Amino acid sequence: MSDTVSNVAILDRRQVLTAAGAVAVAGFVMGPGFAFAKPEDAAARVKEATGGAAVKEGRITIQLPQIAENGNTVPVTVSVESPMSDADFVKVAHIFVDGNPTPDVASFHFSPMSGKADFSTRIRLAKTQNVIVVAQMSDGSFFTASQQIKVTIGGCGG
Amino acid sequence: MVAFKLGALFVAAAGFVMANAAVYAADAPNLNDPKIAKYVAGDKWSGYVTSTPETRKMQDDDFENPSFVWVDQARALWDKVDGKAGKSCASCHGEVEKLKGASTTYPKFVDKHNDLITVEHQIGICRTKYMEADAWKWEGDQMLGMSALVRLQSRGMPVNVSIDGKNKPFYEKGREFYYQRRGHFDFSCAHCHVDNYGNMIRSELLSHGMPNGFPQYRLKWQKLGSMHRRFRGCNKNTRAEPYKQGSPEYTALELYTMWRASGLPVETPAVRK
Amino acid sequence: MAKARIKVPSSAKKGEIFEIKTLMSHNMETGRRKDKKTGELIPRKIINKFECVYNGKTVFSADFHPSISANPYLAFSCRATESGKLEFRWTEDGGAVTSETKEIQVS
Repeated sequence: MSDTVSNVAILDRRQVLTAAGAVAVAGFVMGPGFAFAKPEDAAARVKEATGGAAVKEGRITIQLPQIAENGNTVPVTVSVESPMSDADFVKVAHIFVDGNPTPDVASFHFSPMSGKADFSTRIRLAKTQNVIVVAQMSDGSFFTASQQIKVTIGGCGG
Repeated sequence: MVAFKLGALFVAAAGFVMANAAVYAADAPNLNDPKIAKYVAGDKWSGYVTSTPETRKMQDDDFENPSFVWVDQARALWDKVDGKAGKSCASCHGEVEKLKGASTTYPKFVDKHNDLITVEHQIGICRTKYMEADAWKWEGDQMLGMSALVRLQSRGMPVNVSIDGKNKPFYEKGREFYYQRRGHFDFSCAHCHVDNYGNMIRSELLSHGMPNGFPQYRLKWQKLGSMHRRFRGCNKNTRAEPYKQGSPEYTALELYTMWRASGLPVETPAVRK
Repeated sequence: MAKARIKVPSSAKKGEIFEIKTLMSHNMETGRRKDKKTGELIPRKIINKFECVYNGKTVFSADFHPSISANPYLAFSCRATESGKLEFRWTEDGGAVTSETKEIQVS
């Protein structure tokens, strides 16, 4: 009898511990109780952005730290090779990720007056995941590149 | 059966504690690296030394450093008349640059206030007593910005607090706090920052706990934050009851930790993870 | 505390490509955090659009989602064509716009 009662109590406490741990991890960047996007969701967004057109590897350089010190503020620099002339320029570059609650991060729209198709920004990454860049050229062709980044979670937050 | 379950629970709960306490050696930072020379004084080094190149870059350039949004705002407030006395900061102090070096000796005992005070306390006294204006919240944007602006005037100058005279009892109180085990994990500040700096605690590299860059922009906070906020974080991480920002406990601790940082340059506003 | 910091050279040679850096103070509320006291979700409020307009022509723009860090930072390039104004516009959820202008001399 006391056995049963104790077991129930213990299980409850363990569940609470487990749940608390899960919330602590999920809550770290994006808030409690939300599921992360799956790699398929990011792939679906890439397909949507390209209208299903062929996407070639290359022409894109992504600069990311190998390990992010903190997922809340991760510097990223992207440059896309292009003459950036009136006839041949990069129209847009999208950043997608496959481990945040949603795959969309940002889209950058260039013009020939940009001179160079490059940008730097700072992004939030909820966990270790892939950062995917898809660029659309003025002739309608698409290029992509991706890089994995490790994100450490927890530790002495303060 | 009960014993087994209880045992399992104990392991599950203690596992976290033990894992936290599982400290192991990391690659020691190369203190002879010229890139970090500014941030090393003898055997002391600031958190800059163990920051990643990306985080250092954010601190190195005042435009990349988001703290300067707060600093800019404080610079505008410096000249703004506020309160019943019809004064601004500039009415008494003139140009903010005149405060060069001032913050290096804080916290300090000030006779006319009959207490040990920090830069934040001093700003608070200026506002409420001399300007007769509303008090600013310790962790509010205005206070953080003004504290950063004032301390920025001494950037690069060595921390130079006194632990003699009337400061002495506060220094001793701060030291006592620093070595006192506290909280669920039964850790003192010294367990991490004296006995194990440079070692890893799980995925975290333990620092010397040098406070010479506050208020600082932490990537985790995504904003500027005070030294006492960091103290609260440390206390919470070891599952101890945190004190209030500006409390006598943390003010004494600020004196003790600033004394530990003697000789390191003021880095305010630093950028850390 | 909506305040922008902008770094643009005050002068450039015609045809030169120069760098623009911007940092906007904004907490970029994701809409996924809960208020610690009430348990209610804090509604999403982010800067969702940034535009750089050079003498009336949009030369660069960006769409932001909640995965952009607080105090959004952006560095990008621009080709100097003529003297004039560079206008920077940040649009917040709900439509509020913050705008700043910088002059550039092109020789």
